[in-house]
Amino acid sequence: MRNRRLIWLVLFILILMGACSDGDPISYSDDIKPLLNKKCLRCHGGIRSLGGFSLLFPEQALAPTESGKLAIVPGKPAASELIARVKHHDPDLVMPQEGTLLTKDEIALLEKWIRQGAEFDKHWSYRPLLPSPPPSVKMNDWVKNDIDRYILDRMSKTGLTPNETADLSTLVRRLSFDITGLPPDVQHLHTLVGNDWAKEQIETIIDDLLASPHYGEHLAALWLDLARYADSNGYEKDMSRSIWRYRDWVIDAFNADMPFDQFTIEQLAGDLLPDPDKEQLIATAFHRNTMTNTEGGTEDEEFRTMSVLDRVNSTFELWQGTTISCVQCHSHPYDPFKHEDYYRLVAYFNNTQDADIDSEYPYLLEHSDSIKARMDERALEIHQLDSRYLGVKSSGDTKEKVRQLVFPRLFGDFADDFQSVLINSGGGFNNSAYNANNQKNKQYYLVFSDIDLDDIDGIRYHYFSRGDDALIEVYLDNLEGEPVLQTKMIEPAKKDWDWLTTSMMPQSGTHDLIFHFVNTSGDFRTGVVDLKEVELLRNNKPLDTKVRSLQDSLLRLYRSGILTPVMKDRTDLLSRQTHVFDRGNYLVKGDEVRAGVPQILNQNNAEVNDRLDFARWLVREDNPLTARVMVNRIWSHIFGEGLVSTPEDFGTQGALPTHPELLDYLAYHFSHDWNWSVKRLVKEIVLSATYQQSSKASPEKLELDPYNEYYSRGNRVRLSAEQIRDQALAISDLLNPKIGGKSVMPPQPDGVWQVVYNSDTWEAKKTEDKYRRGLYTFWKRTTPYPSMTAFDSPSREFCVSKRIRTTTPLQALVTLNDTVYIEAAQALGAFMEKTGKENLQEAIKKGFHKALLVDPDQQTVEVLEKLFYQANAPRPQLVSLRQETIKLDPYTVVANAIMNLDAFLTKS
Amino acid sequence: MSLDQEYRYRQTQLETRRHFLRHCTTGLGALALAGLGCSSPSTDQVIKTLTGHEDRMRHYFGRAKRVIYLHMAGSPSQLELFDYKPTLNQLHDQACPQSLLEGKKFAFISGVPKMLGHQANFKQHGQSGAWISNHLPHFCQVADDVCFLKAMHTDEFNHAPAQLFLYTGSPRLGRPSLGSWVTYGLGTENEDLPGFVVLVSGGKTPDAGKSVWGSGFLPSIYQGVQCRSQGDPVLYINNPEGMDRQLRGQTIKAINEINQKEYDEFGDDETLTRISQYEMAYRMQLSVPEVMDIGKEPQYIHEMYGTEPGKASFANNCLLARRMAEKGVRFIQLFHWGWDSHGAGKSEALNHGFLDRCKEVDQPMSALIQDLKQRGLLDETLVVWGGEFGRTPMMENRGGVTNPFAGRDHHTDAFTIWMAGGGIKGGVTHGETDEIGYYGIKDQVHIHDLQATMLHTLGIHHEKLIYPFQGRDFRLTDVAGKIVKEILV
Repeated sequence: MRNRRLIWLVLFILILMGACSDGDPISYSDDIKPLLNKKCLRCHGGIRSLGGFSLLFPEQALAPTESGKLAIVPGKPAASELIARVKHHDPDLVMPQEGTLLTKDEIALLEKWIRQGAEFDKHWSYRPLLPSPPPSVKMNDWVKNDIDRYILDRMSKTGLTPNETADLSTLVRRLSFDITGLPPDVQHLHTLVGNDWAKEQIETIIDDLLASPHYGEHLAALWLDLARYADSNGYEKDMSRSIWRYRDWVIDAFNADMPFDQFTIEQLAGDLLPDPDKEQLIATAFHRNTMTNTEGGTEDEEFRTMSVLDRVNSTFELWQGTTISCVQCHSHPYDPFKHEDYYRLVAYFNNTQDADIDSEYPYLLEHSDSIKARMDERALEIHQLDSRYLGVKSSGDTKEKVRQLVFPRLFGDFADDFQSVLINSGGGFNNSAYNANNQKNKQYYLVFSDIDLDDIDGIRYHYFSRGDDALIEVYLDNLEGEPVLQTKMIEPAKKDWDWLTTSMMPQSGTHDLIFHFVNTSGDFRTGVVDLKEVELLRNNKPLDTKVRSLQDSLLRLYRSGILTPVMKDRTDLLSRQTHVFDRGNYLVKGDEVRAGVPQILNQNNAEVNDRLDFARWLVREDNPLTARVMVNRIWSHIFGEGLVSTPEDFGTQGALPTHPELLDYLAYHFSHDWNWSVKRLVKEIVLSATYQQSSKASPEKLELDPYNEYYSRGNRVRLSAEQIRDQALAISDLLNPKIGGKSVMPPQPDGVWQVVYNSDTWEAKKTEDKYRRGLYTFWKRTTPYPSMTAFDSPSREFCVSKRIRTTTPLQALVTLNDTVYIEAAQALGAFMEKTGKENLQEAIKKGFHKALLVDPDQQTVEVLEKLFYQANAPRPQLVSLRQETIKLDPYTVVANAIMNLDAFLTKS
Repeated sequence: MSLDQEYRYRQTQLETRRHFLRHCTTGLGALALAGLGCSSPSTDQVIKTLTGHEDRMRHYFGRAKRVIYLHMAGSPSQLELFDYKPTLNQLHDQACPQSLLEGKKFAFISGVPKMLGHQANFKQHGQSGAWISNHLPHFCQVADDVCFLKAMHTDEFNHAPAQLFLYTGSPRLGRPSLGSWVTYGLGTENEDLPGFVVLVSGGKTPDAGKSVWGSGFLPSIYQGVQCRSQGDPVLYINNPEGMDRQLRGQTIKAINEINQKEYDEFGDDETLTRISQYEMAYRMQLSVPEVMDIGKEPQYIHEMYGTEPGKASFANNCLLARRMAEKGVRFIQLFHWGWDSHGAGKSEALNHGFLDRCKEVDQPMSALIQDLKQRGLLDETLVVWGGEFGRTPMMENRGGVTNPFAGRDHHTDAFTIWMAGGGIKGGVTHGETDEIGYYGIKDQVHIHDLQATMLHTLGIHHEKLIYPFQGRDFRLTDVAGKIVKEILV
């Protein structure tokens, strides 16, 4: 009886809803915006607003158009010009003018939305993260954690049911690849959980894999594509760049499970943290991965600007899934970002010292213990010779210590700030420019802060000049007023390096010392001066030569350290203003802008003043994009596809999440109670029943869910370029498991590097470096390692959110023929021969199992056995070629085949 | 999710790359697979979709079926080859008037440079009376087959950005190259060879690196495959020592038998793709060395091109280009390095290194035109020759000091390229520069116009060949490009 009443009630409501057609609230962002993007925004968006009408921002959409008519009158579709125009019968007036007309249903939708009041709600990804309880589902015994509830809820609505759990070996192989990027270390697993694994041990195995140092390497492989990490600086000359310490920082951070908020702040603004340590400075090399153009004739300011813009674009793609680069030239065509929003973001990144110069100054130098010890010896010797140096502290920052120990000598690579001056890594500097033409338009400064000028009454320059047109002015503390000293750099009589001394009024106290270079003629040769050092003089006398030579020795040691470019803000003296670039052209400057974040993303109008604030803002609780975007990356890293299939674009043109509630659930927990722990997130995902399913696809599932968007089975994904190499080395026991260090050059075919104006050569190492993980392979941007690019690894010239997986014959040629794969096959072949103990079938089984962790079926064994005999058959044509011609060992041939199987190259 | 939402979700998915790429057995994916060495499971199906696809991407009839692009990396001087300006000779050694320098950006020239007269002698050739200098004695013979674009201009005056601009439509990295766009649009006619081949001579890759044949945001199957005259003709194509063709065939057969079982078990289409890839790789191992082996060409052909088998030379690459054109390779991209004639050193002087470069290219590029013509291939093969920008009528004075040798700086406002065959009129000179060859004064052609015109000859409308990326439809010509109709047949 009660049930019947309920049914009547439901029916009544349904009838009511039918009668009142506006019952369903229409959502602007879900229903209307996609339609507008497709049909209207090309002409009425951020690039063009024809007829004075744009739909990008509500205030524009509701404002009167050029004709004076209102396009949208909330509540009154009949009065809205927009509706009139999309329905118009005159082909000259009907909208859209380009492309297909709106359908009746689409028009009805627009009318309904306007009738309901034309509310503009936020796009899904900009809405606050709110936890929602996971849906309740029926198959509770299948559910392992809350992820499964979301997945199952959606899956069951389509009539699909989940697959059974994958068999243990397959699952362990999958887990190992997803967590460490390597196949399982079977020996190690046996010690961990015994020889027979059980389902209950999966969590133990997961924890063990998460604790492995290889976990950090695998996560780093993901991050380095985003960070555009490479071992060369790009563009024409593409010179080698020492920045591998950053790569190691990423590995270490993931291994230590550094919370993602801290991970974010240190990379974007580690240098601005109070008393940053060396690691926090290394982290800032993240944005020193931008390219440097050292092609002759290029304008440094142009390419410095390009780097700054790249930093903005990469940061927004990486953390906010926002294609902000569109806004460089005009307002965003589809998303609510104004042209000036872009330059307000540029302002956060526009005040660093790096300047597209060869030496990549500013950089950090790090020293081995033995170098440090030798430096300490020099310091001691300097103390002994000159008691004035006793005041230099023995601990603390190495650079500061050396700077004090060589004082009052000043070198370019100790400058606190500079502008336009080219500083080389030997400490020398000059006022030339790559583009001679622009030379005269520049201001050249070199700044040394807080210099003790007590008793200083002269300066001498160690210089070389090809004419008499260079002038060096010295200012104290600021650039106003007259310089305290002016020195004309006269061409040395012997046309060689020489000293030039000028005396000045004795000074006292601590001051900022500013050197200003003036080219009086504007001539590229006669007005350029090269300097090795500047020495401040006490009583007009240079330092004792013995002290000098000890200092030189100390400097050589210091400069031999490991170099890493880092971020460093300009001093107040030289701070830059940021302007809007008209149509993105850096030469056409518009209004000056102050740093700030786009309104739409700034939920609570937070004050975000500098780069550090900005980094902190990205990981604020009320910034919902960061967690959503990162969770999606990790999901995609594991499943091969994200919940949002466009990880680079969470805007209105990007894909919608397949499971929005699950994405929010994970994002909320990741950024709240899991305290940004990536390991915790990874663990949650791989513990789910969703993840652990078998990847078998029945015809029915292929029909209902061809792309596995409902996760009714495990994903089969081809391994990445790095994984393919690493797996071959690992299962053949060749892999050198060393973590970190300088990038290595494993063998590559001759003649691959032919870069112009660059004499670097690929030096294949015969040592164990040959067998390092793919991650450590020297990454040359213009000529990346060919066997890895064949498997879709990017050039790292720009941020890549998603590698597009392809399957090509060139890949087959790599794994069939590349030396490293042949060597791996030889090693696996030798293993087969040894463990098979003259029983061929047994040998094949052992080899197959070692490669894939599962036993081959009989048919497979027979196919490989046949191949073995074919390979073993006499081949007269080979022997006749050359006496020492190697006949490929038949075991190697079989191993080579195993290592080219689809199952081997795929994560099942 | 409401039904309506569900519908829209599907629509979005349809528009994403995920769908694009996963959907490998129909539509574009299949073409990619079929066309670029990834045959898909069912040949019938592929051919069907290939036709459908061609209908979609080939927007109208195009005379050209393929392109051979001869790129002179470093940018040769138009003023020593094609753009004859008697006034420039009269002004030789005079200071450049200030009016020509105001507001101009140069890579190296600074201060007031001197004008530099032609370092060549010019004569008119052929019925068309085209001006060609004495440095190209062979090329004079094909004057009536080519179309000169004399008022080309570009936006970039440094090599790497200018090359990127020419090949990707943008001076910044990340966009697909011309050859990638073309193979993305049209696939290839020969499944056993890559659809987009790159041949490099001069000992160096171009300044912009491999990005000028990269696929940018397009899938990497569309990137150019470098074929080499020394070492493996295509990287990794040679079997390891001790593995002959028969055994390689047997290995691939074994691999594919086991993979077929894998497919039966998991039902993953990717497995089928992999099976066909291995077959294709096996065929390529035969077809690539075969097409790369110029040794079997008759003597008269070698004499015609000036080829020497086994060398990595521009001449060999021209002959290889013809062989590949015959085999149906869609886009054949040559780079010959060493044209950056600043005059700062002998190797880059207009009266030394430049002349060597001329000798290296003159005979083979002329032979290529003649050879294509005698085989009836020129009408359907578009040949393009040029650098990334031009050179100044002024003598370079690096840093205000006259260079030791005669040389010219980079110049964006006027340069000459030529095109031949594939729907382009022969014996035509389009565009004109001022009396010293400094600015185009008539029929200027911008880089984006050149790109639009090239695509047009292939039957592709440049505004319709698009790829959705980062929420936007990208195309080669960015937001510009005008087809140069006057030079079309």
